[in-house]
Amino acid sequence: MVQSSASNVVPIQSVGVLPAGAAAPNFTLHVTPDQTLTMSDLLGRPVILAFYPADWSPVCGDQMALYNEILPEFRKFGAELLGVSVDGAWCHNAFAQSRHLHFPLLADFEPKGAVARQYGAYRTADGFCERALFVVDKTGVIAWSYCSPVAVNPGADGILQALEDLPK
Amino acid sequence: MAALKIPITAEDHARGPASADVTLVEYGDYECPYCGQAYSIVQEVQKQFGKRLRLVFRNFPLSEMHPYAEAAAEVAEFAGAQGKFWEMHDKLYENQTRLGEALYFDLADKLKLSSTALLQALEQRTFEARVRADFKGGVRSGVNGTPTFFINGHRHDGSFDLETLVSAIHQAMGTPKSA
Repeated sequence: MVQSSASNVVPIQSVGVLPAGAAAPNFTLHVTPDQTLTMSDLLGRPVILAFYPADWSPVCGDQMALYNEILPEFRKFGAELLGVSVDGAWCHNAFAQSRHLHFPLLADFEPKGAVARQYGAYRTADGFCERALFVVDKTGVIAWSYCSPVAVNPGADGILQALEDLPK
Repeated sequence: MAALKIPITAEDHARGPASADVTLVEYGDYECPYCGQAYSIVQEVQKQFGKRLRLVFRNFPLSEMHPYAEAAAEVAEFAGAQGKFWEMHDKLYENQTRLGEALYFDLADKLKLSSTALLQALEQRTFEARVRADFKGGVRSGVNGTPTFFINGHRHDGSFDLETLVSAIHQAMGTPKSA
């Protein structure tokens, strides 16, 4: 049950999210119970990857609901927004319906957190994603990244600035 | 830390003198229950600080989640164009569970505002641009939900219960909590 061998020690803190200039690791994740989305299919336009701890956070205007409201601003830059958490596709489905979300939520569910780990955005001790943001340019390179304290919703000002700073 | 990017101007709805030691900016949504809670807390904060505090309210309607929020914001702006912003703002929060056209016209009546003019403003979306401008400015400043407060231009990331807000304002004033 509980694994306690020294070889299995996991870092409490992640080593940091992938920085600007790094290639965005490709992935394929479930976007609905029977559909997947592959990151590289979105090459040619900017992508906003928003890793977040969990669906159903109990506040108005939680991070995903906020981004949903700001979606038109993101789309002005031709950007695609993807939310990523370790919740399963059915859970995402219910959450997206309840909040009327108009962008995909990806399930980093099995193996749990595998994509988040690749981006340095997994909280091993907690078993969920960091609140980590990435703006990936149209060639698949990370143009900007930011990891917020997990309790602080980072808002969208950094994302919009990064989109604005992308070469035209 | 996120900072207020849109400076406060004469166009803003402000309560309290521009010379106040501290300016508290609230980005709020009339339908958001947390803003409803914050309404009475902010009133208490104003009572405690009096003229040392200026309160500014800006619109941040989360329309996807709150179907009445946008129209309520436009109603408050309509009243504001006639010098009655705060009266309407207060009444909207005090009647938050009854948001809807019947309430808007009832409140307009109580505030002696023309219901014909209100109808026209809502139909023609006269104040939509103003509300959107507040919203967009809020996004740029790092508003991350409702309510979001800025104390002297810095986003307040703590809780907005009375004690926390009061202590954050004291800190911004550089005065001890007991002052």
